[in-house]
Parts: sequence; structure tokens; C-alpha cells
Amino acid sequence: MSEFNLTILLASVVAGAVPILLATLGETITEKAGIINLSLDGSILLSAMTAFVVAYETGSILMGFACAALAGALVAAVVAVFSIYLNQSQVAVGFVLTLMTRDLAYFLGNPYSRLQGPSVLQHPIPLLSDIPFIGEVFFNHTFPVYLSLLLIGLCWWYMYRTPQGLNLRAVGENPRACFARGISPAKIQMFYAVCGGAFVGLAGATFSLCTKPGWGRPQGAEGTGWIALALVIFGGWHPVRAAVGAYLFAFLQVIGIYFQNWFPSVPAQVFQVAPFPLMIFTLLIINFVQKESAIDRAGGKAWMKSILGTLSGAPPTALGKSYRPD
Amino acid sequence: MRIDIRDIHKHYGSTRANNGITLTVKPGTIHGILGENGAGKSTLMKILSGYIRKTSGKILVNGSVCDYHTPAQAAKLGIGMLYQEPLDFPPLTVLDNFMAGQTRGIKNQKDFFRKKFESLVDHFNFTLNADGAVEKLTIGERQQLEILRLLALGTEGLILDEPTTGISREQKESLFQALKKLASEGKSVLLVSHKLQDAETLCDTVTVLREGVVTGSVDQPYDAGAILEMMFGVLPGTPSRSAVEYGETVLSMKQVYGSGGRTGLSNCTTSIRQGEMVGLAGLGGSGQEVFLRLAGGIKKPSMGSIELLGEEVQGKNLHAFKKDGVVFLPASRLEEGLMPGLNITEHFALQDQGDGLFVKWHEASGTAQAKIKKFRVMGTPESAVESLSGGNQQRLLLSLLSKDSKLLLLEQPTRGLDVESANWVWWHLHKYCLRKTSVVFSSSDLDEILMVADRVIVFFDGRIVKDVKKDETDIDELTRAIVGKAQ
Repeated sequence: MSEFNLTILLASVVAGAVPILLATLGETITEKAGIINLSLDGSILLSAMTAFVVAYETGSILMGFACAALAGALVAAVVAVFSIYLNQSQVAVGFVLTLMTRDLAYFLGNPYSRLQGPSVLQHPIPLLSDIPFIGEVFFNHTFPVYLSLLLIGLCWWYMYRTPQGLNLRAVGENPRACFARGISPAKIQMFYAVCGGAFVGLAGATFSLCTKPGWGRPQGAEGTGWIALALVIFGGWHPVRAAVGAYLFAFLQVIGIYFQNWFPSVPAQVFQVAPFPLMIFTLLIINFVQKESAIDRAGGKAWMKSILGTLSGAPPTALGKSYRPD
Repeated sequence: MRIDIRDIHKHYGSTRANNGITLTVKPGTIHGILGENGAGKSTLMKILSGYIRKTSGKILVNGSVCDYHTPAQAAKLGIGMLYQEPLDFPPLTVLDNFMAGQTRGIKNQKDFFRKKFESLVDHFNFTLNADGAVEKLTIGERQQLEILRLLALGTEGLILDEPTTGISREQKESLFQALKKLASEGKSVLLVSHKLQDAETLCDTVTVLREGVVTGSVDQPYDAGAILEMMFGVLPGTPSRSAVEYGETVLSMKQVYGSGGRTGLSNCTTSIRQGEMVGLAGLGGSGQEVFLRLAGGIKKPSMGSIELLGEEVQGKNLHAFKKDGVVFLPASRLEEGLMPGLNITEHFALQDQGDGLFVKWHEASGTAQAKIKKFRVMGTPESAVESLSGGNQQRLLLSLLSKDSKLLLLEQPTRGLDVESANWVWWHLHKYCLRKTSVVFSSSDLDEILMVADRVIVFFDGRIVKDVKKDETDIDELTRAIVGKAQ
């Protein structure tokens, strides 16, 4: 690996980013509707375990993915029901669920530890994969990779180009106004919390059946949920920006492996940890240019303002607040 | 559309917000609902719009009894409401706001709705851009948007809850014209207000509420005295004023620039003297709020110099402003002014923190009790501030101010207050002026500014376009200045 090859580097970024990308997209959808699902880290593990066990027992990888999506959706549904119908704090319920689902995953998955199980095979896309460079980077992968690429565009289109997407964004901004307009905030929040949860479930399945095949303790997916939660903020609650964040993070992780080889005298842990502070640093820079004063300094330059405008992203106004009708 | 409201009751625990209200709205008329704060107007309107449920009573639409309990069901019957705080989505675009709730399915119908929106804008001569962000609009423009949206839904009975609060004179005129047009097209309009003038200029019929019951219903032409008596029981007096001698300069700004709001503040040069009562006029967000925040030390200027009592403030923090006796009261009392969740005693305990390890609860509760009495706040020391009405929140805020403040900066101090509470506020502020305190306030109501201020500063597009003594100007000149036509 000491030899540097850009094609291989980028291809492994596109492949490696998939679980974190799926989880980030899912959480972006959920939070856009005003619900914070903090249980991400645990539910990724639970769905990873579910996917592996189901695929191992039934021999069907597709079945594994489906059941994992179901598991993720179920955990999200618990958070949503507690918030929407029982008026409980999303943060508290989410935290407790994180711990609970993690332990549940370790407990239920214990008999399946370190077993050789099925994993997703590579399916190069005919014709497209023959394009030099681009074909190698984007079209010589497994189906979860193609799915994740597709979902980025789909999420954006759905949120910003369809009436349903408008309702989704509206509920996250002002549930009261939605109620006054005949849109049911409860139904919409419930629906998108479950949808987002299913995405998170797919993220878990991608881990145990594709990125790091197998199940064990630790599985290797630990911590992904927290990163995804941070990436949602990094992405300013916009699916495409969130995806960019996920790829950036994956890139930092992959490049870290290269650096390990190039600088063997530096402890390996440095490169493993480096992506985290680097992400915070990037966030800092983005927020700095977003500041009013920076926009002021851009002055009359319209193109500067539009660039800064696309970088800015405010959280949905009603995020994390339980909505109670008057 | 004919609406009959029969014996409506709404009880919250032991409080009776509506206690047997009966009234009829005839088709093609503008019907005014008058009453002071807490008279039950908003409650009644929210029941009519399906937003809250009635305890008992009947609503007849075009003669048939209708039992509905969501806004969606009311909209199907043709009843739509413009709420007091705009129920919209500020970060979304105007067109998205217009579409939300009207569009279904997965197909992008933007072109269809854009056409519909633009034809409605033309019909009413409004000036709304479909692609602008709602958060950049003034309250008046947000109302226009909401009215258009309701009409697009096929609303035949339009309810407006305090629509003239917080909008400019010109927007008010354009609103009134639109409402007259609607009435002439056969629609019924219900206008809720605590301002008698609104009803006088616009309404065919007025029903007055007090403490949850109807105290009277009259047709044009109106006897203002009689209506006021129905509203208050006794007539409120207008605030009396005595001449004040001005002292030294308290605040002076030289070529100050600041960001924020809709327009920011540019090239602002002015000074305020001791004992002056200065009214800031202008369309919402024309620079007044930035001016007040810069003067109060909440915001830092991006250029220019600000002097307080002859001393440059550059580099001073908010704490230093406070020490100098500068006080800023924001328009959003509950969000920025008070601390929701804490009660009145806790507010005073926080205010008078001495040294020492323990909170002096005994003293704080004593102070609270005394101030509640002195400022006639309707509440107990244990009342949570969010449970107080707007007028009482403002009284509490004023009671928290130190007596030796040098400069009071108030943003829309009488917003949402009824005549009686507003008069009390002005009377109280005038006492400050007599003690050589300078009072600077912004208001969207020019009549109010001319009634109480000594001097008027008009803002347009982030700049001061007029700065005159009250006696040297009149309402027409100021109205022109507000829309940028000052000579």
C-alpha cells in the first residue's frame, strides 16, 4: 500500500463511506422533520447484528438488509412514539436507547461471534465500469455503494422538489403552522423518523455484510453513529452537503492509512484519531465564513454572497421540541 | 358567507375565556370584534377557525350547524384565519410557504402555484416576490402572503386576529383596501382588534367583548365614547405631559454602520440629550432595531464611533453599558426580556444578587411583593412570567429597571398592549424623563409616536431620513418619510 494510487484511494473512499453516508442521510431526514434520533450508535450495531444473523441463517443477503432496515426503523419508531404521543424528551429516550440497543446487539449476537458468514459480492456495472478512472472510482463496487450514490440525489430531489418534501421541511420548521394548514405533524414526524431509522438500519447491514463483514465484539461499527450525528450538523441539514461531509470523513480515514505507511515512526493511533479533530476544524472554518461579519465583508459581491449562502445551514426551527396541540 | 355563533363557551379549568358568546356575521360585510387584552377575542376566533375546541355552543355556516374541530375541516367549509403571530415557515421561500398545505402527492406543481400566486398578487396590488425568503419579509408582508394563501384555498369567511399590530401605515392602507375588495366580492371578513380606529375606518358592524361576554354590538356610524365604555367599563384617560428641560448629551453616534435586521444601519449620525423622549419611526426592520441594539451595547458597530456620556464605547462590553445606566428592552418580552420558567420573585432575586453564598429569598420576595403592588402587575410573586399577559409582562420588565437609568432603549414598548396598559407605560416612562433619563423607543404606530415623543427620527432602508421635533412636523410628512419620500 505504500505506493500511491489516486484511483484506488478514491474508490476506497467511495466504498468506505457507505455506512456513514447512509446513517447521515437517514438522520438528516429524521431531523429535517424535527425529531432527533440520538440512538444512532446503538441502532447501527443492532441492525448490523440483525443483518448478519438473518443473512447467516437464511443465506439471503437481501433478507439481511431488509431485516436490518426493519430493526433500525423500529428503534426510531420508539423514539418518535415517546416524543410525539407520550411527550417525552427525545434526547433522554435516544440516549437510553443507544446503550440498550448496543448491549442488546452484543447479547443477541454473541452465539454468532467470529463466524464466517455471507458477504456482498462485487457487481461492476457493465459499460459504465469500463470508463477510465470514473468507472473504477464509482462503478466497480457492491450494490450498497450504488444504492448510497442513488439515495443522495433521491433525498435531495424528494426534499426540495416534491410537495411531500415541502411538508417534511415545513413540519420541522413549525408544526403549529402545519396543523393550521391541515398537515398532521404527528403523522409526518412519525413517518420520516421511521424512514430515517430504516436508512440507519441499512447502514448497519452494510457494515456487517459488506464493509467489515462478520459479527463480533467489537464489531468495528462502534462510534459511527456519533460521527453521523455530527455530520448532520456539518451538512447543515442538507442531504448533499451531509454527503460531502461523509465522503470527507471517509477520505481522512483512508488517507490516514496511507500516512501510517509513509511515516512508520509516528504512532498509528495518531492517524486513527486525526480525522476527528480535523472534522471539527473544518466545521470551525465553515462557521467562521458564515458569520454575519464575513458576509458583510463580502460586500456588494453577489457571487461571494451566494457561495456563503450555500454554505450556511440552520437547524430546523422545531428540532427536538415535542409538539403539543393547543 | 353567513356565520352564526350561538352561545359559545370555552373554559380553561375555572377560567372562562368565552362565556356564552352569540353574534352573527352577515355576508359581504367587515365585522369588527373589539375588546381589550384578555377579553376572549382570540379564543373565540381560534374556535371559529377550528384551531381549538369549544366547550359548548353552536356554529352555523350559511344556516346549517357545522361541527368541526380542526383547521383543515374549517378550511373545507371556507373559513380561514390569519393568526396574531404569523403561522408560517420563515426559512422557506415565499412560494414554498404559499404551497405548503395546498399541494399533495409527489409531482412538482411549482409552476401551477407560481401562476396562481402571481395573479393573486396582481389582483390585490401587493408587492411580494415568489422567490424571496419569508424571514426577510416584514410582518405586514407576511400577512399579505398568508391572506393570499387563504384566498387560494377558497376562503369565504376570513378571520384576521390583530392584523394592524406591528405593520406600517402604508401596509395598513393596502391591507384595508384588500379587505374592502374582499367584502365587495361577497366574502365575510372578521377583524379582531383592540384599536378603535381600525374598526372606525373599516368595519360595517362592531361587536365588543369584555371578560368573555358580548357587551354590545353597534353599526356605523359609531359613537366612540360608547364603544370605549363597552370595552373598558370606564373610560381610560390619555397620558398627560409636562415640559421637560433637556440636559447634556447622553448618546452620540458619528457615522455608525451596523449589520443585522433586514437592512442593517448605515451612516448614522445623531445625538440624544438628557430628558428627551425620542420616537423611532420607519417600516419594520428599517434600521431602528439595529440602532437600539448598537446604542444598548448588544451589538457592536462595524464602523463609526458611539459615545456614551462623552466617552467612547469602543471595546466596552455589555456590562460596562449597564454600569453606565443604559437599558435595552426588546420587543420580544418573553424570548429576550424575561426568563420563562422563573417566577416573579426569582426575577428579583436574580436582579439584586448581593455577595454571599445564599440567595436572599426573604428580601427578594419582599421586593417582588412591593413592585407588584406599585406597578400593578396582575400576578403573585409565585406567578411564572410566561403565565402573565403581555401588558403585565411589560409592567414587570419596567419594574425591574433601575431608577437611576440614564438611557432607556425600548423596542416597541406597547406592542400588543391595550389602550389602558399603553397609557400606563407612557405615563411611567414620562416620569423617567422628568428625572433627566433619556428615553428612545421604536414604534410602528405614528399616532402613538406623535402623541408621546418630543422628537421623531425616521429610518428608511437603514438610514436616518428625517430627524425633527414633534412640533415641527405632521403625520403626512412623516408618512412620506417612512416610505423614503422625505424631501
